[in-house]
Formats: sequence, structure tokens, C-alpha cells
Amino acid sequence: MADVFLLSRLQFAANISFHILFPSISIALGWFLFYFKLRYLRSGHPVWMRTYRFWVKVFALTFALGVVSGITMSFQFGTNWPGFMATVGNIAGPLLGYEVLTAFFLEATFLGIMLFGINRVPPWVHTLATLIVAVGTTLSAFWIIVLNSWMHTPAGFEMRDGVAYATDWLAIIFNPSMPYRLMHVLLASGLTAAFLIAGISAYRIKHGDAKKAPKLALKSAVLVAAVLMPVQILVGDQHGLNTLEHQPQKVAAMEAAWETKQGLPLVLFALPDEKSRSNLAEVAIPNGASLILTHELHGEVKGLNEFAGKHPPVAPVFYAFRLMLATGMLMLVVAWFTSAKLLRGQNLSNAVLTALICMTFSGWVATIAGWYVTEIGRQPYLVSGVLTTADAVTDIAPGNVAFSLIGYLLTYALLLTAYIKTLFRMARNAVEIEEIQLSERRLQKGFVARANELEQAGV
Amino acid sequence: MFADQNLPIIFAGLMALAVVVYAILDGYDLGVGILLPLNNDKHSDQMIASIGPFWDANETWLVLAVGLLLIAFPEAYNLVFKDLYIPAFALLIGLILRGVAFDFRTKVREVHKGKWNLIFKLGSLLASAAQGYMLGLYVMGFQSSLNAHLFAALSAVGVSCAYALIGATWLIMKTTDDLQGKAIHWAKRAGQVSVIGIVAVCLVNPLINPAVLDRWTTAPTAYFLAIIPITSFALLALGYTVLNRLPLKDDSGCWLPFVITVVLFLSCFSGLAFSYFPYIVPQQLTIWQAASAPESLRFILFGALVVIPCILAYTAFSYKVFWGKVEKLEYY
Ligand code: HDD
Ligand code: HEM
Ligand code: HEM
Repeated sequence: MADVFLLSRLQFAANISFHILFPSISIALGWFLFYFKLRYLRSGHPVWMRTYRFWVKVFALTFALGVVSGITMSFQFGTNWPGFMATVGNIAGPLLGYEVLTAFFLEATFLGIMLFGINRVPPWVHTLATLIVAVGTTLSAFWIIVLNSWMHTPAGFEMRDGVAYATDWLAIIFNPSMPYRLMHVLLASGLTAAFLIAGISAYRIKHGDAKKAPKLALKSAVLVAAVLMPVQILVGDQHGLNTLEHQPQKVAAMEAAWETKQGLPLVLFALPDEKSRSNLAEVAIPNGASLILTHELHGEVKGLNEFAGKHPPVAPVFYAFRLMLATGMLMLVVAWFTSAKLLRGQNLSNAVLTALICMTFSGWVATIAGWYVTEIGRQPYLVSGVLTTADAVTDIAPGNVAFSLIGYLLTYALLLTAYIKTLFRMARNAVEIEEIQLSERRLQKGFVARANELEQAGV
Repeated sequence: MFADQNLPIIFAGLMALAVVVYAILDGYDLGVGILLPLNNDKHSDQMIASIGPFWDANETWLVLAVGLLLIAFPEAYNLVFKDLYIPAFALLIGLILRGVAFDFRTKVREVHKGKWNLIFKLGSLLASAAQGYMLGLYVMGFQSSLNAHLFAALSAVGVSCAYALIGATWLIMKTTDDLQGKAIHWAKRAGQVSVIGIVAVCLVNPLINPAVLDRWTTAPTAYFLAIIPITSFALLALGYTVLNRLPLKDDSGCWLPFVITVVLFLSCFSGLAFSYFPYIVPQQLTIWQAASAPESLRFILFGALVVIPCILAYTAFSYKVFWGKVEKLEYY
């Protein structure tokens, strides 16, 4: 049994970690595309269309990876965690169902029109399709975050004979942690997409692509990141306070606070040690954590000692949390520094471009780290206080799970390599990708005259 | 109307709808994948273009079908997928590989395009065969005997051929000239093997399953049920004659084989459904035993009744936008 348990956890973590890489880009990239398309419609300036055409291809690829890895996810609940549906299926089922009905069909169908229909529908319908795809991805994030938040802070249900029954759907949907988590995740997606756009555009500029499109894309993305990052810090702080209220053991693990204390120090670095229940090599700011969490220097924060046997493993939560914060701070510095340069109209130096290229996938790092904080921080529960992860696991033969796990890992390694390589290859071939044929030009009625004018002016 | 005891029937109906729509829609795009020629770039581009705008939405019907099973009949879901764990894994890997190959093939360097074409073809084949295998084991009541696995293997071949058939008829409808000629040829071949598959299921199913035999041979239901096999074989014969006449001048009737195949799918599916109703896991679990709590079913049902018509409407819109023949691969 223990084997199936461990293997199923590894497999679930591998699958969801792979899946989230793509939604975290596609949710916000959809909105970026809508913005590019709008700018094009308003100005008729071909550079916006070029930008759109490059990023819509990246979107198509990302979306495809998101879809196929998502299908795997929807099988997982049943195959590896039968206890999950058996216990909370009455709540999880409808939420998953609404996601399929309201979001998946919408985005999948209009994606077809968005990708292949530009010559077959009037421009405004195409723009509308772009908008609907963005709305669709955001809606699907909404439903899945509702479910996930409910697993952290369950509400609106009652237990009868060990099975959860819904009593109040509004309370289920708007459960206490949902608004914070949804905001935090959507902002995370915005940052992930922004740094991807900035990084790939910087790569193009650095490789001598002198066109206007990458510069504009880079500027839009960096400015968006510069605005979103401080908002993310605020939202993250509120999210943490909400967690302190509902899942104090998770916050204690995040802060590696072994004992309840008034005036808890903010641990910058340490090696949390599960055996001695203390931190080794601790570097801390006195009273820091109390100040952040209770907004008082001597506020009391509950330590792990209050939850002996019922708190998550400390080290992974603690490290993952710090990784997210560090990445966030780095994003803030880079985004502000670059924005300041751009707003003053200065050229970006090679060093800045290189920094942006290095940060291309920084959103992935922070997002995955954040999810690990949240999800591992909920252990040993699968649904806080209702169902433990161990009780939900399947009794399939471990050999089968080991087999599928290896299969998934190999497939994911292949696909991730191909994805990243293809992104950079597309960046190198960007000019060719963006070329707009004359025939297509003609179909975008109304803008032709203005576009030709601009073309002649040499833009 | 939505009384507690009716909810399982309504949900079984919705699920049946999702499954059959899935089999038809993803059936044709998996079929096109199976048929993808590896030595003719122009044709493979055209074939891919013909399914490009649709495949993602088509696959969503699988998510809906699986979702409905999970939502409405969780216990059945657990029973079914415990036994089908490995074939389901194969199905997922197949779907993953083909779904991404589709995009990668146009974005990688020319020398790698062939590789992704091959991955697309093999992924489609793996996904179809896995579905057939799962169907076979389901019909055999999840026995683990050698015979059951042999039958499942036969069913894997049958379903792959059926998908190739509907894929070929889709191409007859969406293409012209030499590719259309090829598709007519493929359709005939795939049709012949599908006949064998259908006959095999019709024979084996009642033989191993006394309840099914009973249902198909007791009056008066038997008279009604007899319509199903008769229609199926009439359709096959009709389809074969049509294929032999095509292509006609000015391409009239190019849609006929596809429509005939769709009706054939519907007829075969209803045959299976009638064999088992009200069992959702043959001989083990009825839809009433497996259903979840009525409050939850009702909550999702209201949404479904509002949303499904919208889904059908915008799906129709999308087919209207992409109506007619594909010419070349027009990538955004
Ligand atoms: C915060 C966002 C988010 C999170 C946490 C998840 N997903 Fe997801 N998922 C999306 C956001 C998303 C998306 C943005 O809507 C995707 C990604 C790209 C895409 O095509 O849609 C998607 C695709 C996607 C698909 C394919 C949809 C289609 O056919 O179009 C399925 C079946 C799932 N997901 C299922 C899941 C399950 C069962 C999850 C939880 C365990 C999950 N996703 C986590
Ligand atoms: C999308 C980002 C997510 C990531 C990266 C993520 C990551 C993880 C990880 C690492 C675990 C393992 C924790 C442990 O066992 O120690 C886990 C557990 C779990 N999570 Fe998530 N999760 C995500 C979202 C979700 C969502 C949206 C749901 C459901 C709606 C969900 C449901 C579960 C379940 C059922 C488990 C139990 C299985 C297990 O312990 O491995 N997760 N997740
Ligand atoms: C620097 C300021 C940040 C703070 C204070 C912060 C705070 C938090 C907290 C407290 C959690 C745990 C929520 C829980 O209790 O379950 C969390 C989770 C998470 N964080 Fe952050 N975060 C910050 C930056 C970021 C950045 C930059 C990203 C990504 C770009 C990010 C992505 C996530 C994600 C995806 C989760 C998991 C989902 C969730 O529970 O919201 N965070 N964050």
C-alpha cells in the first residue's frame, strides 16, 4: 500500500506540475493577444499585427500542451485517488463539471476560429473570438481554483456517514480562501506571461532583430510586469494572513516556527530539522514575522508544537516559500529597472537584455514553488480536516503505477525540451513567421489604406 | 421531471450523448491521423488542415464524457478505471503525443517535420487502439482471461478501422482531386475490416453475456432491436455502393459517405447501449446503484441544460465558418 501511495503522489505531483506550466502562460497570454489585436484594430499599424502573429503561434503551442496534459489530469482523480471522489465527489464533481461545460468547450471551439479563421470571418468576429478564448481560459482557472480552494478551506457542506453533501453552493464557491488564491494565481499568470514575452523579445533583439515588433512587445510586457509585481506582493501578503486564520499550521511551516512565540523572528535562511524540531544555521530578523503576520512587533504566532502529528513536512514548504519570494523580488527589481530605462527612452544595454533572457521562465519557478507551498502545506490532508491523502489513494497494483509514472516522466521530458527549443527557434525565425501576405491584407478591410500609408512611411 | 429516481437516467442519457458525439467527432480526426501518409507532404498538410480548427473541441467531448462518469457515477468510474488503468494510460499518452505533434510539425526545422508526422500518426493509432481495447474489455466484463484479451485486441483493430473509415469519409467530403481519390480507396478498405469487427462484436457479445442474449432474443423488444443490425448492414451495403460510384461530376454526393458513416456509428452505439441498459458496469452495477447525491446532480443539471444548447450552437457556428473544401494549410 505504502508503495502505491508514494508512487501515486509522485505521479500526481509530476502531472500537475507539468500541466500548470502551460496554463500559467496561456491564461494571461490570451489577454495579451487580445490587447495586441485591439491595438491593431485601433491604429491599423501593421507592427501590432506582426506582434500578434508571433505570439498567437506561441499561444497555439502552449495551449495544445495545456490541453493534452489537462486531459491526463481529469483522469487522475478517478484512477489514483478514488477516495477523493468517494468522499467529496458530491462537491468536486459539479465544480469540475462546470469547468468543462462553461470553459473548456468555449475556449476549444473559439480557439479554432482564432487560429484558423482570420480569413474566414470579419475582423471584429476574429477579435471577439480572441476575447472569448481569453475569457474561457480565465473561467477555467476560476472553477479549478474554486475546487482547489475548497480543498484548503472547505465550507458549505455537511458530513453524513463519512460522505460530504453540499448544503450551500454559494458558500462552497466563495469559500474563505478562494478570492485570495484566485487573484494570486491570475496575477502569477500575468507575471509568467509578461516575463516570457519580455525574455523572448529580448532574445530577438539581442540576435539582431531590428524590427519594431519585439521592442514594442518587450515594452508592453515589462510595463505590465512592473505594475503587477507590487500588486502581487500585496495580494500575497493578504493571502498569507487569510491562511494564518484558516490553516495556521501551514504558515508555521512556511516560517519554520517550531514553537508558539510572541515576537516571532522572520527567518531568512535556515535548515529546518524535523528530528530535533528546530532550525539549524538560522539567519533571522527579530520580530519580523510577527510584524508581517499580525502587524504588531510582539504579536503571537502559533508554532508547529501546537499541531504535533498534524502538520505538513516543514523543509519543502519552507524552502519553496523562500524560492517564490526570492523570485518575486528579483522580478520586481528587473521589471522596475527596465521600465525606468524604457520610460526615459533609453536603449537597453546588453546586460539588461541578458538579464531579461535569463528571466524568461522565472514565472514558472515562482508558480511551481508557490503551488508546492500551498499543496504540501495542506498535508497530511487532501481536504483540510475532512480527508487525509492516505485515505484517498487507490489500491491498484504498484507495478502499474510505476509503469505509468515512468511513461509520463519520459514523455514530459521530451515535450518540455521540444517546447523550449521550439520557442527559441521561433524567435530566431520570427521575421518569417510575422510576414503578412498581401491576400490577407486585403481581407482586413478598412485598415488597408492606413496600413499602406504607414508601410510607405517606412515603419 | 427531475425527481430523484429519474436523475440517473437523465445523466446516463447525457453521458451516452457525450460518448457517441465523441466517437464521431474525435473519431474522424483520429482517423485522419491514422491515415496520414508519411511520404506526401502536400497531402499530409491538407489532411491536417481539414481537422485543424476542430480537433481540440472534439477532444473536449471525451473530457465531458469522462467528467460525467466521474460526477454522476463515481463508483462505476472507480470500477472501470481500476481494470482499465494501463489501456487508459496508453490512451492518454497517445492523445498527448498526437495533440502536440500537430503543432510541433509546423514549427520545427524541416528535417524534423517527418518525425513529428510519424508521432502524429502513431499517437492517433495508439489512442484509437487503446479505446478499442477498453471497449473490448468492457464488453467482456473485465475478465482477465486470454480470450478476453484476444477479443479486446480484435476490438482494438475494429475501432481503429472504424475511425479510419469515418476519417476517410471526412476527407472525401473536405478534399478534392487526387487526395479525394485516395480517401475513397481508404474508405473502402477500412469499411471492409469494420464489417468484420461489427460482426465479431455482434456474435461474441451475446455469447458471453447471457443477459444480452436474452434481451436480443425475447419478444417484443427483439423485434424493435432487430432494426439495429438490419440498419447497420443496409448502411454498410449502401455506403459501399456509393463509394464505388464516387467521385461524381461537380462533386455532388461527396458528403454522403460521411453521413452514412455517422448513422452507422449511431446505430452500432445504440446497439451496445441497449444491450446493457440499465447496467453501467456490465453485470455488476446499475446506474441507480452507482449514482451520486441528487442535490449535486440537480445542481449540475441546471447548468448543463443552459450550457449544452450554447455549446451546440457555437459548435455549429464553427462548422459553418469552416464549411467547404480545404485547400492548403493556412496557419494563422
Ligand atoms: C490556474 C489554472 C489551472 C489549474 C490549476 C489547472 N488547470 Fe487545467 N487548464 C487550465 C487551467 C488550469 C487552462 C488555462 O484552462 C487550460 C490550459 C491550456 C488550455 O488549453 O486550457 C487547461 C486545460 C485543461 C484541460 C483540457 C481542456 C480542453 O480540452 O480544452 C483539462 C481536462 C484540465 N485542464 C483539467 C485540469 C484538472 C483536472 C486540474 C487540477 C488538478 C487542472 N486542470 C489544473
Ligand atoms: C496547478 C498547480 C498545482 C500544483 C503544482 C500542485 C502540486 C501538488 C503537489 C506537489 C502535491 C503533493 C503534495 C504531497 O503529497 O506532499 C499535490 C497534491 C494534491 N493536489 Fe495539487 N497542485 C496543484 C493544483 C491542484 C489543483 C487545482 C487540485 C484540485 C483541484 C489539486 C489536487 C491535489 C490532490 C488531489 C493532491 C493529492 C495527491 C498528492 O498528495 O499527491 N492540486 N499537488
Ligand atoms: C513576493 C511576494 C509574494 C508573496 C507575499 C506571496 C505569498 C504567497 C502565499 C502566502 C502563498 C500560500 C498560499 C496558501 O496559504 O495556500 C502563495 C502561494 C502561491 N504563490 Fe505567491 N507570493 C508572492 C509572489 C509570488 C509570485 C511572484 C508568483 C508567481 C509568479 C507567485 C505564485 C504563487 C502561486 C501559483 C501560489 C499557489 C496558489 C495559491 O495558493 O495562491 N507568488 N503565495
